[in-house]
Amino acid sequence: MNPLHALTGLPTFRHGIHPDDMKELTRSLAIERMPFSAEYVLPLSQHTGAPSRPLVGPGARVERGQLIAAADGYVSTALHAPVTGTVRGIELRPHPTGKQLPAIVIDIDPFDSQRVRGIAPRDWDALTPDEISEAVQAAGLVGLGGAAFPSHVKLHVPEGKHVQFVILNGCECEPYLTCDHRVMVERAPDVVLGLRKIMRLTGAERGYIGVELNKPDAIEALTAALDGDGAIEVVPLEVKYPQGAEKMLIDAIFHREVPSGKLPLDLEVVVHNIGTAVALVDLVRSGIPLIERIVTVTGPGVRRPANLVVPVGTLLREVLEYCGGLHDATRQVILGGPMMGMAQKSLDVPIVKGVSGVLALTEPAPMIEEEPCIRCGRCLEACPMFLNPSRLSLLVRGEQSDALSTLGMLDCCECASCSFVCPSHIPLVHLMRVGKAMVRQSAKS
Amino acid sequence: MSPREPQLSISTAPFLNSGLGTRRLMWEVVFALVPVVAAATWFFGLAAILVVLATCAGALGAERLLVPGRGAAGSLRDGSALTTGLLLALTLPPSIPLWMAALGGAVGIGLGKLIWGGLGQNLFNPALVGRAFLQAAFPGALTTWTAPGRGLWNLADGTLALPFARAGVDITTTATPLGLAKFDGRVTDPGALLLGNTAGSLGETAAVVLIVCGLYLGLRRVFDWRLAVSTLATVAVASQALHLLRPDDYPGAAFMLLSGGLLFGAVFMVTDPVTSPITPRGAWIFGCGVGLLVVLIRLFGGLPEGVMYAILLMNGVTPLINRYTQPRRFGA
Repeated sequence: MNPLHALTGLPTFRHGIHPDDMKELTRSLAIERMPFSAEYVLPLSQHTGAPSRPLVGPGARVERGQLIAAADGYVSTALHAPVTGTVRGIELRPHPTGKQLPAIVIDIDPFDSQRVRGIAPRDWDALTPDEISEAVQAAGLVGLGGAAFPSHVKLHVPEGKHVQFVILNGCECEPYLTCDHRVMVERAPDVVLGLRKIMRLTGAERGYIGVELNKPDAIEALTAALDGDGAIEVVPLEVKYPQGAEKMLIDAIFHREVPSGKLPLDLEVVVHNIGTAVALVDLVRSGIPLIERIVTVTGPGVRRPANLVVPVGTLLREVLEYCGGLHDATRQVILGGPMMGMAQKSLDVPIVKGVSGVLALTEPAPMIEEEPCIRCGRCLEACPMFLNPSRLSLLVRGEQSDALSTLGMLDCCECASCSFVCPSHIPLVHLMRVGKAMVRQSAKS
Repeated sequence: MSPREPQLSISTAPFLNSGLGTRRLMWEVVFALVPVVAAATWFFGLAAILVVLATCAGALGAERLLVPGRGAAGSLRDGSALTTGLLLALTLPPSIPLWMAALGGAVGIGLGKLIWGGLGQNLFNPALVGRAFLQAAFPGALTTWTAPGRGLWNLADGTLALPFARAGVDITTTATPLGLAKFDGRVTDPGALLLGNTAGSLGETAAVVLIVCGLYLGLRRVFDWRLAVSTLATVAVASQALHLLRPDDYPGAAFMLLSGGLLFGAVFMVTDPVTSPITPRGAWIFGCGVGLLVVLIRLFGGLPEGVMYAILLMNGVTPLINRYTQPRRFGA
């Protein structure tokens, strides 16, 4: 156990970093709904796994919430129209990953009320576990924490496996982001309800909600919402990055390490994001599939920071415009948080299901010249997976993929703590990503 | 939105960093050396400043001459050559001829750092390589000690000597506390050792200044505190144990810690990140190794002082220590 635990009494993982949380810009702003815009762009690939298979063609009339692309395989999910309108076509459009990828483009019907029609809630209690998994997949639900992993896969307990504990991840350890924070404050009863649903679906006996201590109002609201439920515990955690990484969160709460190459399921644990649990509650309550999500729009480059409900497929340009536009001094626009997000070249990318934040930074990109490694060891003491990024980076540059895999290259969770602390400004996490690709490539061949 | 869209730049995550750079780390060390240089000037006069200038000129000159390109200031900007020069100066006797000091600086940078491939690549501490060279080449000058407190303007005759000229003979020499203990069996009063009013290398005598500088650098996380702490703790424990066994033959922990170059070495040399292990466990092993070697050389060897050789020897096994102390992977 970290000696710090003994001092603070707060559970956490070992190593990690303490960046300024920068959340004061938006932490007390209530979630608001942004108005509809004229055009929506829905990439067929906005989740982990196979891209969705389109079911509509140019000229098709679509209703808000209507299925427009189906899951293509088990690790894939469905896609729905976020607005009522007309399909313009399936076009190559800029994607948050930087590529041009096929997307269904929908022109809104400006005269429609945009009410959801023809969708009714189902009787979920009457469904078998397999039917529930199918229904969740058909609703296009993915993990809303960032990786956008199809939720039905995690809600389905495979044959021979057993789930004892469900953890809801309310750490939101990325600086700047506050969307999960606001959800916990504003919708605490639904968070608890969502956790109870996931526990019932997976057969878990106990539930935990992990929240970093910089969100005391969320901890208070959730504790009140528990209403004395002994099966669920709200766990305040030390403020440290990357506390919200799945394996770190499990280590903090249970003091157990998910074995290298294994899943939390191997410890009889599943972890879901707070936002995913609430999205599941909304799905069960209304039957409406995942067509919108909550996004924190923030950073010194944004004129009016906000926590927004944004329809999936809204263009980044529209979101920024609703928030008063960018300051002229803006130098970078990032989708996601500042530690793991992606810088955008174009404002014509859509908000996809995995986007939790829009961050506009005014500092010039950190183009500081790389200097030689001085072997100070700061990266070793930051890495939550106990890797040696300094050594790995040398091996990546030497393309030694065999050595990389024996040194645990694939354990890297790309949290970027190593890059954050490196005084020589070596792009360590970038090299780690290259190294992971190298190991995967050599395993294939 | 304004019609003129900002020019967006692309880079990979993260978009934040801790704000700490190698250059700042170097300057922190230089800053921490200022009081040490001041103390050296107080005790040994103008010679301290002149020796510092000479070693820095040698180190910076070698860096500038031997590293081609990289703009007008070249690799001088990273501050590491300046740090090497400063550190070397403070390990030299006050009466050392300036030309030797400058030569030591040049050798430290040339053979201690650049020949290995430059910053970050060297196996041995460059300042100590420079000192080891001087010790081998000019054993007389490196073991001639003048007493402190001879006045600010009083220079030893040898200081301004021309290269390879015979040094003046009228120099008033004395012995260092370690020399007195080893050869005369006289233990210097710890109070004098703390204040620095004793003979010795320029930067090593004022223990209290070194302790303050070490705390400053350690608390600001400029260096890995484990290295300094394990070195000092090992010397304390080992020497106190020997002292308790045979109090007449071996001095106690306080004398061992405060005398000679141990504090200076533990604060400024052992903690050089490049030449010490990268792993936290390795840092403990490294420090213990330095501490044991210091005790071994001082108490059982032929020399009164052994900090330089102890550190250089452990520098040599650093790659081995790194290899055997790689961190256990999470979940492994």
